[in-house]
Amino acid sequence: MTAEALLTWARGPGFDWALAIFVLGMLLRLFEVLSLGSKPDLAEGRGSGVAGGLKTIVTRTLPRSSVFAREPLRIINGYVFHLGFFAVLFFYEPHIELFETKLGISWPGLSTGVIDALAVVTVASLVLALVLRLTSPVLKHISGAGDYVAWAVTILPVMTGFLAYHHMLLPYTLMLALHLLSVELLLVVAPFTKLTHMFSFALSRWYLGYQAGHRGIES
Amino acid sequence: MSAPSVEKGIQFIREQIDAPIASFFSSCVHCGMCAEACLFYGQTGEAKYTPINKVEPMRRIWEQEFTLWGKVKSTLGLSRKVTEKDFEEWETLVYDGCSLCGRCSMVCPVGNDISGMIRKIREGFAVAGYAPEGLVGATKRAIEIGSPMGVRLPAVKAQIGHLQKDTGLDAPLDVKGADYMVLLSSMEIMNFPEYMEAVARIMKQAGKTWTISSKAFEATNSGVQIGVSDLARELVQRVVDAAEELGVKTVISPECGHAYTAIRWEGPNLIGRPYKFKVQHILEVLDEFRDQGLLKTEGMEEARMTFHDPCQLVRKGGVVKQPRDLLNMVANNFVEMKDHGAMNWCCSGGGGVSANERADELKFKAFKQKKSQLDELHVDTLVTACANCRITLEEGLEENEMDIPVVGLTELIADHLVQDKKEKA
Repeated sequence: MTAEALLTWARGPGFDWALAIFVLGMLLRLFEVLSLGSKPDLAEGRGSGVAGGLKTIVTRTLPRSSVFAREPLRIINGYVFHLGFFAVLFFYEPHIELFETKLGISWPGLSTGVIDALAVVTVASLVLALVLRLTSPVLKHISGAGDYVAWAVTILPVMTGFLAYHHMLLPYTLMLALHLLSVELLLVVAPFTKLTHMFSFALSRWYLGYQAGHRGIES
Repeated sequence: MSAPSVEKGIQFIREQIDAPIASFFSSCVHCGMCAEACLFYGQTGEAKYTPINKVEPMRRIWEQEFTLWGKVKSTLGLSRKVTEKDFEEWETLVYDGCSLCGRCSMVCPVGNDISGMIRKIREGFAVAGYAPEGLVGATKRAIEIGSPMGVRLPAVKAQIGHLQKDTGLDAPLDVKGADYMVLLSSMEIMNFPEYMEAVARIMKQAGKTWTISSKAFEATNSGVQIGVSDLARELVQRVVDAAEELGVKTVISPECGHAYTAIRWEGPNLIGRPYKFKVQHILEVLDEFRDQGLLKTEGMEEARMTFHDPCQLVRKGGVVKQPRDLLNMVANNFVEMKDHGAMNWCCSGGGGVSANERADELKFKAFKQKKSQLDELHVDTLVTACANCRITLEEGLEENEMDIPVVGLTELIADHLVQDKKEKA
C-alpha cells in the first residue's frame, strides 16, 4: 500500500468507521450509566437539587485553594494540556475546514505560528503528566494499563500533527496519514478508557451537585 | 443476619452500584487529588490511603459486570475477580483508614462522591464478615440494648434524676404533643451530661415544650457507620415510631455529626418514606431561637476560641453558618482555623473509627492534621458540636500534651443564658 492510498483510506472509510465507533461507543457508555437509574431522595430538601447540579458542573472546573496549594504543578499542568489540546484541535485552520465539511459550521482559527507553539506546549505538558504519574507514589499506585493507553492515544495525534506540519521524520504524505490514523485510534479507544470522562464528567458532577443542592450544602 | 460470605459481600456491593456510582467510576481519571484532601494519606504518606483506592474492589465489580468492555476483558481472562484476599486487604482501608469525612468528595475535579462510595462499599464488607470487632460490637449492642455503648433507659433516668436534684430543671419523658423530641448520643449520656442540662435550660428560656422518648432516646446509628442498611433502618425506624407516636413537631439530633446525617438525610431513604415530623440539628434549633429572639445571652467569653466543624455537619449536613452566629453571641475572641467550614479537617475519629480500637494508632497519626491546624492558632478553648469529635479531640490533645479544653457549643450557650444568671442571683 502506498502512502497516498493509506492517506485516502484514513481520510475516507477509516475516519468514518472510527467516528462511528466513537459515537456509538460513547452512547453505549452513557447508556450503561444512565440505565442503572438512581432512587429519588425522600429526605425533605433544603434547596434545589437541579440548581446544585448545574452549578457544580461549572464550579468543579476550578480547584479548591487548599488542595491547589498542595499540588500546584500537577493542577496547572492539567489545565495546560487540556486547553492546549482543545486549541490545536479546534482552532487549527485545516481542522476547522474538516469540521466544516463534516458538520457544515466553521469559526475563526488561530495563526499557524500560535498553533505550532501550542502543540509544543501540549506535548511537553503531556510528557510532564506522564513523568508525574510515574514518579508520584499516589499516582503510580492508582494507575493501571488504561491510564498509559489513554496517555499514548492522546499524545500521538498532537505529535504526528506537529511532525507532519514540519515535514519531519517521514515524508509528509505518510506522516499525515499516520496523523489521521492516530486520531482514529484515539476515537476508537476513547469510549473504552477513562477518556469517557470527556462527557461523563458532566454526569458525575451533576449527581454530586444534585445531592449537595438538595441538602443545601456546599459542593 | 445470615452467615457472612464473600459471595454475599460481592452481591451487596453489586447492589449499591447505581447511575451515580457508575458515572463516578466512568469519570475518574486517576488524578490523585483526593489523596491531597485525605488526612489518612496526608499524615501517613502511604499511597494505599488514597480515597479512590479504597473503593477499588467496587470499581472492579462495576467494570467487570456493568460495562461491555469489562465483560469482554473478563471473558478474555484479562481482569481479576474480587476475592477473599481483596476483602482481607481492603478491610482496614475501608474502615480504619477512612472517617467518611467527605473532604475527598469536595475536591474531586470530576465530582465523584468518593466518601459516599466508601460508605456504600462498607455494606459489602460488613455482610462478608470483614468489619472491625469494635463496630460489630457497637452495632450489636445498638440493636439488642438500644445503644452502641450499652446505655439503657435506667442510665438516662438516673441522669434526669441528677438534673432534677442539682438544678430543679426537668427532662420530661414521653410527653405527647411536645414541640421537640430530643435525641441523645451514648457519649453524651456517659461522658457529657452537661448537654442535657443545657438543653433543659435553653428550652425553658425559649418557652418550648420538649421530651425524651423512653423507647428511642439514642441518636447514634451504628448501622450507618458499619454499613448495614437493614440495621440502620431498624434504628431509624425506632426514632420514627417514637416521634410519630408522641406526635412531636420536630426531632432534635444531638451534638453528633453522623447521627444527624443518619436521621436527617439517610433516614427517610432507609425507611422508604418521608417523615411526618421535622428533623433539625440542635445548632439549627438554637440558631432559629436566636433569630426569633428566644435565645437571650449575656456576658462574653474573653478566651481565644475556635470552632471545630464536625465533618458530617458541614460536608454532609449543611450546618455551617449557625455555629458561627451562635459563637459570636458569646465569644469576643472567636478565630477561625485555616480550612474551616466546608473544608475543615476531620478530628480523625469519625465514621466509626473511634469505635474501632484496632485503628487507634492510625487515628492518633491522623490527628496530627488537627494538631497542626491548632498549633497555628494558639487558642485557649476548642468548641465543637459533636460528642464523638469532642472525645476524639480530647484524646488527641492529651496524647500530644496540649492543654486545650474542649467544650460543646450548646452548653457554652447555656452558660450564658440571661435567665441562668438571674436564677443564680
